[in-house]
Amino acid sequence: MVTIKTQRISITDLERNFEEADRGFTNQEALEESNRCLFCYDAPCIKACPTGIDIPSFIKKIASGNLLGSAKTIMSSNPVGASCARVCPTEELCEGSCVLNHSTSPIQIGKLQRYATDWAIKNEQTLFKAGTPNGKTAAVIGGGPAGLSAARELARFGFRVTIYEAAEKAGGLNTYGIVSFRLPQSISFWEVEQVQKLNVRILTNTMAGRDVSAEELLHSYDYIVLAAGMAHVPDLRIEGEELKGVYDAIEFVKATKSGKLSRDFAGKRVAVIGAGNTAIDGATCSVRLGAENVKILYRRSVEEMTAYDFEYEFAKQDGVEFRWLTAPKRIIGDAEGQVAGIECVQMALGDPGEDGRRSPAEVEGSEFTLPVDAVIKAIGQTRHLPLIEAFGLQHEYGVVTADKETFQTSNPKIFACGDILFGKGKGDAMVVTAAQQGKLAAYAIHKQAQTAGTAK
Amino acid sequence: MADLSINLAGIKSPNPFWLASAPPTNSGYQVQRAFEAGWGGAVWKTLGDPILNVSSRFAAINFNGQRVAGFNNIELITDRPLDVNLKEIYETKKRFPNHAIIASLMVEPKQEKWHEIVKRVEDVGVDGLELNFGCPHGMAERGMGSASGQVPSLVEKQTYWVKEAAKTPVIVKLTPNITDITVTAEAAVNGGADAISMINTINSLMGVDLDTWNTIPHVAGKGAHGGYCGPAVKPIALNMVAECARNPRISVPISGIGGISNWQDAVEFILMGAAGVQVCTAAMHHGFRIVEDMIEGLDHYLDSKNISAVSELIGKSVPRYSDWGNLDLHYNITAQINTDVCINCNKCHIACEDTSHQCIDMIKGDNGRSYLKVREEDCVGCNLCAIVCPVEGAITMVEQTSMQPMTWNERQAALNSSK
Repeated sequence: MVTIKTQRISITDLERNFEEADRGFTNQEALEESNRCLFCYDAPCIKACPTGIDIPSFIKKIASGNLLGSAKTIMSSNPVGASCARVCPTEELCEGSCVLNHSTSPIQIGKLQRYATDWAIKNEQTLFKAGTPNGKTAAVIGGGPAGLSAARELARFGFRVTIYEAAEKAGGLNTYGIVSFRLPQSISFWEVEQVQKLNVRILTNTMAGRDVSAEELLHSYDYIVLAAGMAHVPDLRIEGEELKGVYDAIEFVKATKSGKLSRDFAGKRVAVIGAGNTAIDGATCSVRLGAENVKILYRRSVEEMTAYDFEYEFAKQDGVEFRWLTAPKRIIGDAEGQVAGIECVQMALGDPGEDGRRSPAEVEGSEFTLPVDAVIKAIGQTRHLPLIEAFGLQHEYGVVTADKETFQTSNPKIFACGDILFGKGKGDAMVVTAAQQGKLAAYAIHKQAQTAGTAK
Repeated sequence: MADLSINLAGIKSPNPFWLASAPPTNSGYQVQRAFEAGWGGAVWKTLGDPILNVSSRFAAINFNGQRVAGFNNIELITDRPLDVNLKEIYETKKRFPNHAIIASLMVEPKQEKWHEIVKRVEDVGVDGLELNFGCPHGMAERGMGSASGQVPSLVEKQTYWVKEAAKTPVIVKLTPNITDITVTAEAAVNGGADAISMINTINSLMGVDLDTWNTIPHVAGKGAHGGYCGPAVKPIALNMVAECARNPRISVPISGIGGISNWQDAVEFILMGAAGVQVCTAAMHHGFRIVEDMIEGLDHYLDSKNISAVSELIGKSVPRYSDWGNLDLHYNITAQINTDVCINCNKCHIACEDTSHQCIDMIKGDNGRSYLKVREEDCVGCNLCAIVCPVEGAITMVEQTSMQPMTWNERQAALNSSK
């Protein structure tokens, strides 16, 4: 790979900082890498892909010059396959299972997937057609990966599908939640468009439970797919949370993907609370907005950090500092009500708790203060409790209860998928998992509709 | 350091690596650069009445991203006046007296034409002559090249005419575009050839452009067959060399040509009876510098085998090449999979299952780990699994204790005698 030593972060051209960091394969690189694939039989990469993409086939099709076929193979298994090509933790999934890990080096499946889907995007391909109308209707609540995936499959089966999207644009996490330099919005928009082209109606700026009631939805549609994801970042429940300069990481990242980049962070010192995927995004976005110093404060250690290794590496390369075993106690404000510092306390890890993770405890008298200008909260996400309750669904602390195979909820006409099902010890909050759940929910709905049809 | 020098029918060169008559030997400038790089000899691009060439001329086959697996050309013999070539040959020979310069010749199948050109090239001091009876395109349409090389009587007669005039050794270069190359090889020997060389290029059409539907290459939208060479033709060439080498009626030295790209290829040709080799495509792909590794690799190989001279290798494998009827029907090998090395790509399984003898099982062990196992009783020892296996040492073909040897010919003889 050619690496050109250039300035990684520009302090003057912030827009450049938010351009996609990885340039993707050239034709020649894609050809060479695709030819390196062994084309395994019963390949482990297929099994390692939550959406079961026929990876050897799509790679073979790149090698043969059948890029349309390659993109179709990818996108038929994964309606958000272009985004996943960029955001999947491939070393833990397909690439991690590549048999070449045992002989040379694994095939760069993610980059090949990006190459094939980029071709489809660039060449303005429409990959799928709507099915023959079956007379059934479905409402999909939430236009993120899970919702789009369910909608796409339902439309291919002939359902008349309407997506209710609270935000201005559909795409969910892919549109607003993943930093631009890893996933440009245009990729997510293309995936949304592919779904729209199957006559799926997308009502944006329309929040279920606010702009349209649960009763109305239940009354108007034969089936409902609940794919509303998760809500905002919860409060830290410490003093000073209301100060100017305290941000919700999700909103903070979203702002970097909503037009003009803020110049407010240039030269500032930022503390990010948490060490998950979103914390990394908050930290790297801060760096790219020109922050002079960015620290991630985490109350546990590197071992317990939930961010992926590649994210950790990326953040380190961006110059993000990691302060392990550090918990915030209080945010300190100045006379204008603006963040001026954060008081922290050193933590020590105790014995593993019920979830297997060692719980941290404060080290008495170890308090110290860091001078910072902004605090970004990234300690998880709250649940859409009012919405779940409006539909009268069974849930466990806001995690909807659903059948593991059909994704049917306690209301037989409502199916749930994506992050709304994600909770402690309940699978991974990956885009690719959400996409698969959306697919499976659609298949279960289709099956039920068929059975209902024959019963008549 | 082993002795790498060869003496091919009286033509001596410091090593067995010659450049074949082709674009790389078009001029004195090129041949001198080649000799500087270390080539032992060069067969000058075919001399004759200067021709007109077309543009474009070459094309190559790429295989799975690998460039130049095969190569083809529609270029004809030299397009430069004979006296220019002769002057450059003279100068080159004078500068490199110990390197072999062989003049490739092609003229109309007329006695006086051959006599005239032989005299002229020998006057400038060439070490030998190579008669181009192989060029398959263009010149063949004018009754020369492979057109005369495909007719045994023409091969014999023209060789005879050359020998009437020649004072230096005469090599006859044979075309592979013929059913049995030993027939024309024998005709050359009967005509008095001192040596034979093979193979010239094989008739080929490299491809068709999927967008324009033109041939590849094409000349203003029209194509004609060319001559195929390069790594892909090596097995064809090696067989033809071996068939001639094991034929008792073909008693002259052989200069081996066809897809030779490195010292290992060269050793194979020499073991199968070649007294020296000629190279073209590999040099066209990478430049003359490839000869450095060819020389060194051959030298190290000979040292590792405790062989003092490359000439001792010549023909060592020829007795091992025979007819199918002489192969032992009772010899038995079966595949064994080393599960420690195997990476579980399952390519052997699907190749065997779909296209061979269905004897490699995909098994899940008690610990949940998948592994592959050969049912040896059903394995026919075809090698397919080992061929498709991407990992060195994962599949070994193991010799089984077998019955007394019995060839097909022996079996038929036994059956006949018992009748």
